[in-house]
Amino acid sequence: MAGPDVAWYLAVAAFLFGIGALGVLIRRNTLVVLLSLELMLNAGNLALIALSRHWHNGAGQIFALAVMAVAASEVCVGLGLVVALNRRDLSLDVDRLSELRG
Amino acid sequence: MNGLVLASAGNVLVWIVWVVAAFSCLASGVAVISFSNAFYSALALIGNLASLAVMYLLLSAEFVAAAQVLVYAGAVVVMFLFVIAYVGPRRETPWSGGPGWQTVAAVCAAGALLVEIVVAVGMQASGTLSPESNVGATFGTPAWIGRVFLTDHLFAFEITSVVLLVAAVGGVILGAHTRRTDPGIITPAPTREAEREPEPEVVH
Repeated sequence: MAGPDVAWYLAVAAFLFGIGALGVLIRRNTLVVLLSLELMLNAGNLALIALSRHWHNGAGQIFALAVMAVAASEVCVGLGLVVALNRRDLSLDVDRLSELRG
Repeated sequence: MNGLVLASAGNVLVWIVWVVAAFSCLASGVAVISFSNAFYSALALIGNLASLAVMYLLLSAEFVAAAQVLVYAGAVVVMFLFVIAYVGPRRETPWSGGPGWQTVAAVCAAGALLVEIVVAVGMQASGTLSPESNVGATFGTPAWIGRVFLTDHLFAFEITSVVLLVAAVGGVILGAHTRRTDPGIITPAPTREAEREPEPEVVH
């Protein structure tokens, strides 16, 4: 079952990473920035798994699972921050959150 | 001859599945960053995750595909949806607000990053990315992943669990009610939901 080359997967991963980076740069809502970060992490995962398949090396898949756990942790902390911001009636605009003391 | 026809038919099928998955992956990625409502963005992320899971299956990473759907669609996106619903509707127009040069600069920076990735990967890997060969039948199965995780990568496994635990505790502490304590008297945090204006806030 010879499907597309690994280069095709890497191209999709690169484009997905670019889309995620664009989202992080262009959006101002903290929640959407977090979602775009998820896109970037998923692009990295796709590249890891494609190369793991290419080199017949399982370490890529293990690393992808670790990345998933780290992404879940990041979402956990990020959403905790969003809830804390919302509770203090602060704006969720990343341009206005320039001071850590709020 | 018959086997050859069958094999090429299988190839075409794999290509069709791949093209559909890749297209929906990129399209839902664009949808995530371009919806003005964060709720729709989170829903579009589910489509992105599902199409990525299909591509993982094509790459014979069955366990990672299942974990992707379980962890992301089952936990992460649900948490996102809960928080978005908790925060309330905040509309934001993605392509406007803020100075125009900022948008242009963001597009340029993202494009430069993409070009950089493509050039770096192409220069590093041109020639070595030969057509993929067959892998063993056990590659990527849950049994294989479990054995590798608990033998070769045991330390990474344990560290991952500690990281998750610390993040969960941190998330709870960040999201917990902050009580203002007078000396001797503990007063509950004032509820601000009643004071908040019901109409959606415009974030620029």
